[in-house]
Amino acid sequence: MSKKQHYAITVNGKEEEFLAEPRELLIYTLRERLNITGPHIGCETSHCGACTVTIDGKSVKACTMFVAQANGKDITTIEGIGGPDNLHPLQNAFKEHHGLQCGYCTPGMIIRATKLLEEIPNPTEEEIRFGMSGNICRCTGYQNIVKSIQAAAAEMNAAKEAAE
Amino acid sequence: MTHAKPLPHDAARLHVTGAARYIDDIPTPRGTLHLAFGLSAIASGRILAIDLSMVRAAEGVVAVLQAEDLPSACDCSPSAHDEPLLSDGTLHYIGQPIFLVVARSHLAARKAAQLADIAYDKTSPILTIADALAANSRFEDGPRIWERGDPFPAISDARHQLDGSIDIGGQEHFYLEGQAALVFPQENADMVVHSSTQHPTEIQHKVAHALHLPMHAVRVETRRMGGGFGGKESQGNALAIACAVAAQATGQPCKMRYDRDDDFMITGKRHDFRISYQVGFDDQGQIAGLSFRQYARCGWAQDLSLPVCDRAMLHADNAYYLPTIRIESHRLRTNTQSATAFRGFGGPQGMVGIEAVMDQIAAYLGLDPLDVRRKNYYNAPSKKGRRRTPYGQIVRDFALHEMTDRLMDTSHYMERRNAIYQWNAKNPVLKRGLALTPVKFGISFTLTHLNQAGALVHVYQDGSISLNHGGTEMGQGLFQKVAQIAASRFGVGIDLVRITATDTSKVPNTSATAASSGSDLNGMAVAAACDTIRSRIAAHLAGKYGGTPRGVIFADGRVIAADANLSFAEAAQSAYEARVSLSSTGFYKTPKLKWDRLRGAGRPFFYYAYGAACSEVVIDTLTGEYRILRADLLHDAGASLNPALDIGQVEGGFVQGAGWLTMEELVWDNKGRLQTHAPATYKIPATGDTPPVFNVDLWDAPNPEATIYRSKAVGEPPFMLGISVWSALQQAVAATGTGQVHLNAPATPERVLAAVERVRDGN
Repeated sequence: MSKKQHYAITVNGKEEEFLAEPRELLIYTLRERLNITGPHIGCETSHCGACTVTIDGKSVKACTMFVAQANGKDITTIEGIGGPDNLHPLQNAFKEHHGLQCGYCTPGMIIRATKLLEEIPNPTEEEIRFGMSGNICRCTGYQNIVKSIQAAAAEMNAAKEAAE
Repeated sequence: MTHAKPLPHDAARLHVTGAARYIDDIPTPRGTLHLAFGLSAIASGRILAIDLSMVRAAEGVVAVLQAEDLPSACDCSPSAHDEPLLSDGTLHYIGQPIFLVVARSHLAARKAAQLADIAYDKTSPILTIADALAANSRFEDGPRIWERGDPFPAISDARHQLDGSIDIGGQEHFYLEGQAALVFPQENADMVVHSSTQHPTEIQHKVAHALHLPMHAVRVETRRMGGGFGGKESQGNALAIACAVAAQATGQPCKMRYDRDDDFMITGKRHDFRISYQVGFDDQGQIAGLSFRQYARCGWAQDLSLPVCDRAMLHADNAYYLPTIRIESHRLRTNTQSATAFRGFGGPQGMVGIEAVMDQIAAYLGLDPLDVRRKNYYNAPSKKGRRRTPYGQIVRDFALHEMTDRLMDTSHYMERRNAIYQWNAKNPVLKRGLALTPVKFGISFTLTHLNQAGALVHVYQDGSISLNHGGTEMGQGLFQKVAQIAASRFGVGIDLVRITATDTSKVPNTSATAASSGSDLNGMAVAAACDTIRSRIAAHLAGKYGGTPRGVIFADGRVIAADANLSFAEAAQSAYEARVSLSSTGFYKTPKLKWDRLRGAGRPFFYYAYGAACSEVVIDTLTGEYRILRADLLHDAGASLNPALDIGQVEGGFVQGAGWLTMEELVWDNKGRLQTHAPATYKIPATGDTPPVFNVDLWDAPNPEATIYRSKAVGEPPFMLGISVWSALQQAVAATGTGQVHLNAPATPERVLAAVERVRDGN
């Protein structure tokens, strides 16, 4: 066992400081230390995407990053983009367009989709499918997930135009 | 009416914000302990010596239990009492739990479980169908055989004969949330169990049995699963029992969550099958006689294998009338994970058997496979004869003639078939294939007594409604459908209805949420409970305001009795003040069922659900790689309870079914070790594996049987729409030469390439 170290990370705008072993996996830090349980544990080998979070503007699978690698970084989880009473357009679109069934992959899907729409605000279906290929869903067959992202993109672009 | 609306899933708002709780998200008290199993490294033999001193000494370990430390054998089996929680010294598969580690953290338990020193006495494992047949290693004393007439003279007297066989692989459920349980010990030795299970009553029963407790001492709660697909019908028993045993031993709450690799190694999967056939038919491909042999690899324990294999036999006909038929079913015991329920429950394997026959007949006669299929369809309801299944049930509402017509039209089957024929003639490397295949799936548990359900409904004095039933939510939208039914019964908006977690102390003696029966059974039970309360309110208001109870109207959130027009809340308040009970149970049992599984005769199903799928693929004949280009699906959900949820089931089922027959490959090595035990080696469909053109429609005709609002079950049947992809691959392979197509499932690129080479060589 290696010695505990001091870490400071920002999660959903809140600064968190704690002592942890450097090789603690970030998903455990989030879920067990900080009680942020939106990112889920699916495979723990970075294949399924249920644990996806955003770290310094990049989509990252939190099951294969050490807490030491996240030190000093800015992390956004599903809880950080909107709550039940103020849904992010993507959250609302996944709800309204049935982009979920069992819901276990949903937080990772949505948080990945926030980055995809930042990178490509008006993606084609193919770009959505390519951009989301690191996140798997066993229930939906993906059709409604793609439709949800398309609907959210349209809504976000319309809001942007209206603001300009 | 609320019940037919395409409303979102009841927990959608929680799911999209990460606020929906799964077992691993439930806050646990300080001192909660975590469990992991130590697993067998051999497939067959016994333990010679076991040294767990390193395990016990590992950091964070609180206790290590072996079989002799348990209060009983702690049987985990849903059927034959042949699955002790921990090995009794004999070993039956690689991955079998030998000991149980109880530790202060999940990782500490997992790490310690790797430290055992075990000496084995290995024996030669029975791994393959051939091994099992040679050793006569099977469940039941011999093959189960159902016959109608004698097919062999019919086959030999027919104009043409064919025989062959197909291997059909298994499938890992890959529910995104792995198996999990959490147990809180209570006063009086009682246990509260949270389990990710499709069958809370079974968990209650097995935990009580393991601890020598009456069932009333164990309460099981299941709010939701992160996917089930049949994999949580019996496979959660071991975790719940382990947690309860450890909680009893330590007095602390205990939690167990399988790591994904352990989940693959320990739990059962879909049965893999070999199906051989002999068939006789005329010049148009109409079958006169057919004989099937179905060989199923059931794994080491019986689990649900008998009803799974029965259902494979019950779907050996799929949509086709078979005048003489013999089905022989071998349930083989092998030293592998105990194969278990998986969406379709044997039905898909049985159906692939007959669809392989259809494709072979068409290829032999040089006919379009769809013409051969239609030639063999059961008769439409308007026509006499050719309506009796091999087991004697009459197919009364066979909708597939009309459904096939419509799907041929909307998918432009004929034009595309001809265009593909010409395209293939011009393209030497890439070849396309098109197939349209039907599905007829029987709805009801074939173990007749399971076709019952209970519900508990409360109306509070503010008009809000609390609802509970025996079904479990695994993403299929059952809770939403049942809430919509309750809202319709009371004529109120969906926001007044709250569905609560499935709980064995609220509704007892429930069946698994399985066999697609969730909304049929629980929807009816909930409707019955609502109607009891509604009748009481109506009687009260008729007495108070005049008119008859029957004349009281519940609609649009209002209750109208004679001249009085009340809100639902005012009506509830009034009934409460008049001392009227606003709580009721409801009960339902499926009518008309009568089934003798040993003879294979009777009416096992209340009704059938139908579907049809048209898929187009393109293969690369140099590599065997392929893509699905387009899929058109038409599925019968009766009068849909929620079209959005039903379309979701159809899309998801098709993709999962196509995955089973194409990319999802389970590989065991010659020692019996599962080599594909994680997503790195076991591939399920991803966003890019679905067809770019994907059209899905519901055949929205009411169920002729009196189901809840004339709907039909939709959980399993669409899975088998995926068979069209495999059939289309066969068509594409056939376009490469003159030899006979033989494409086992899953049709991985390697198998497609090998099939292409055989067809090219004319073999």
